[in-house]
Amino acid sequence: MTHGTVNAPSYLDAPHGIASWLLTKDHKRIGILYLISVTIFFMIGGLFAAGIRTELLTPEGDFLTADLYNKLFTLHGVVMIFFFLIPSIPATLGNFLIPIQIGAKDLAFPRINLLSWYIYVVGALFTLAAVFAGGVDTGWTFYTPYSSIASNTNVTLAALGVFITGFSSILTGFNFIVTIHRMRAPGMTWFRLPLFIWAHYATSLVMVLGTPVVAITILLVFAERALGFAIFDPRMGGDPVLFQHLFWFYSHPAVYIMILPGMGVISELVAAVSRKQIFGYSFVAYSSLAIAIIGFLVWGHHMFVSSQSIYAGLVFSIITMIVAVPSAVKTFNWTATMYKGSVTWESPTYWVIGFMGLFLIGGLTGLFLGTMGLDVHLHDTYFVVAHFHYIMVGGAIMAFLGGIHFYWPKMTGRLYPETLGKISAILVFTGFNLTFFPQFVLGYLGMPRRYYAYPEEFQILNVLSTSGAGVLGLGYALIVFYLVATLFKERNAPANPWGATGLEWQIQSPPITLNFEVDPIVTEDAYNYAGRAPKHTKAGEV
Amino acid sequence: MSHVSSKGLFYTIFASLCVLTVVTVLIARVDLGAMNTPIALAVAVTKAMLVILFFMGVKYNTPLTKVVAASGFVWLIILFGVTMGDYLTRGWLGVPGR
Amino acid sequence: MSAPNVHSDAHQAHHPKLQHHFHNMAQQLEASILGMWVFLVTEVMFFGGMFMAYLLYRTMYPDAWLAGSNELNEVLGGVNTLVLIVSSLTMALAVRAAQVGARMAQIANLILTIIFGSIFLIVKYFEYAAKFEHHLVPGAHFDPARDPAQQLYFSLYFMLTGIHALHMIVGIVLLFIMLRMAWKHQFNADYFTPMEVTGLYWHFVDIVWIFLFPLLYLIGKHH
Repeated sequence: MTHGTVNAPSYLDAPHGIASWLLTKDHKRIGILYLISVTIFFMIGGLFAAGIRTELLTPEGDFLTADLYNKLFTLHGVVMIFFFLIPSIPATLGNFLIPIQIGAKDLAFPRINLLSWYIYVVGALFTLAAVFAGGVDTGWTFYTPYSSIASNTNVTLAALGVFITGFSSILTGFNFIVTIHRMRAPGMTWFRLPLFIWAHYATSLVMVLGTPVVAITILLVFAERALGFAIFDPRMGGDPVLFQHLFWFYSHPAVYIMILPGMGVISELVAAVSRKQIFGYSFVAYSSLAIAIIGFLVWGHHMFVSSQSIYAGLVFSIITMIVAVPSAVKTFNWTATMYKGSVTWESPTYWVIGFMGLFLIGGLTGLFLGTMGLDVHLHDTYFVVAHFHYIMVGGAIMAFLGGIHFYWPKMTGRLYPETLGKISAILVFTGFNLTFFPQFVLGYLGMPRRYYAYPEEFQILNVLSTSGAGVLGLGYALIVFYLVATLFKERNAPANPWGATGLEWQIQSPPITLNFEVDPIVTEDAYNYAGRAPKHTKAGEV
Repeated sequence: MSHVSSKGLFYTIFASLCVLTVVTVLIARVDLGAMNTPIALAVAVTKAMLVILFFMGVKYNTPLTKVVAASGFVWLIILFGVTMGDYLTRGWLGVPGR
Repeated sequence: MSAPNVHSDAHQAHHPKLQHHFHNMAQQLEASILGMWVFLVTEVMFFGGMFMAYLLYRTMYPDAWLAGSNELNEVLGGVNTLVLIVSSLTMALAVRAAQVGARMAQIANLILTIIFGSIFLIVKYFEYAAKFEHHLVPGAHFDPARDPAQQLYFSLYFMLTGIHALHMIVGIVLLFIMLRMAWKHQFNADYFTPMEVTGLYWHFVDIVWIFLFPLLYLIGKHH
């Protein structure tokens, strides 16, 4: 419908020149800027992981010093969480797609959008400065009083880096909230929105309500460390557990910032590969809100063994069980959508199936950890490490990669090699399970996290894990390779290679700067596959 | 916001805020035991509400704006309430052996 | 999903301040007001973290809080509270003047708001100077004869009032920008968005102080 010649140039072509990219207000270009930045930081975080897994090949601490090992796991966490996972889907796919999916020309505040990217870059530079200055060894959780008083590493620099980057997140969330409320096209009622939008709306609520608390908490650590103030110092009567309350008040909801957008992507992919309306659309929509809100009430499940009151622990534990329910609702609904749908085995399908299996395991193991009695045994072991990697890597990163693949034709105008798309999904899935499943066993057997040495009997599982990490890294490298390779080829993507519903598939690939030649008016529900003919085009081989 | 408040309204709110400020200082000088702090907070909340509703014009804003304004304070209550819930209940359930 | 159809409002004559991604001035204004309120919610949570620390430690160390508060001059604090309330009045009047296009009233009230905001900061400066003199700044030079828990009180005092003062400085910068725009006849009934959102920000900073004053200055003044 729209892949004929068009008068207006695509957003990639005009305006021209690097300054036009660095000073852009176009949400699509900003999404690409973020994509480049988060990919760089993903690789940096991956390098740190490689160091960790290499050390763990042998039971003794023989490859790295203990201090260096502490710095590696700290920086792996800081970089992956704050500079990759949190911005990953929202700032790349969210920025690119939200205005288009709601029928708008841009986000509500385009200049603030660009500002958010620059803030991210400045924060990232501070953190890189901390790395080059010798690193930080407090763990990404910056627990006091070690971080605020005792550690002799570059806590201040790293803390400032995270503090600054938090504002990037806040500005992104704030922009999304106002955009979704005030910029929807005529006819785009709330319940006609793609579930990708609902997911990002819920994510934005968390960004706006939670991030400021970790910002002030980091500032208080900075004040204690650099200004000599007394906030968490036990010698003055300060309470280190107060830090944990303030830190986890944000950092638990932060994990929902990391997974909700992925769930939004999966909803889009499931509907497209099943060619079917999402089963229980409104339940999936409401479940995003439920996760965002209930997610603010469970933070104490990170503190069961911190001297937190057992009574409070009971309450946190019960609510932790409850917060799993909306996630389960989504998983059931995605499955029900695929059941008796016209599912085609294209590369996005592989990412979807991978996500659902791995997220399921990750989510269920969260229930183990949320059970106070069990947590006493499992806290600070590799069971925790495995649990969150199943969700963050098995879930969030697979959703991110699935989304990047699915939207690649729209963003770049190129189709990627379908066979390689499938191979990389299989490599990532296999490598991931090999890396992290052994870690559940290691944790249950008692191997602590953040240790660089372990009893000999754990070696075989650690070797399996490190091998898996190699396969996983290979899978990621393959993806970067073939996706970047498409950029050197011609634009061959039609407007709608997947035959999917949504305003984004009705405009050309790649879109023009103002997205729509004519402002859309919406008359149908989302995922209205029922009235459509079977798709003719299949994602082609390049 | 197309609503334009009258100057008279602003002066009335201003006078109320001044009076409440004086009230809060004077009451602080009277020993009311445990009630001093709740009363001081009640006065502060009243003053804040006057500023929010009339100086910031929330009274005449859309329901969405009202919900957004309220949500910040609701979330603060969650932070304060649940955290203090930990500290205040630490002695409630005994630890075996102690 | 739908057939792109109608021509956008961009084809109709539009206000020079209308940004291209909005359909009309009303949408732009509403989006900006909603945006400022969302931002203020983040500010509430930002200050809220410090209030949480205050709440906990005041509960744990009531004597230290009492002693700390007694070092603060509630007359100066009360005067500063009134100064900020006056500045909120003049701010509200300035925004109103912009809404009705009264340029001189905008300029006069903006100048008054800047003056009162500056008075607040000057008083604050003198208060801080006194703290330095009396060895009440936490850290190496804190009066060693005092109960260490008072360092918690004063750390929070400086963090709360300091970050509040930083917000005031940003506010005053914004007011100067508004003054320049008002001087150049930029505000009227069709376009006063920057004034509206600056006003919201200024009132918020006032509200933070409305809570800081009794919580820091008025503990145990009946002793």
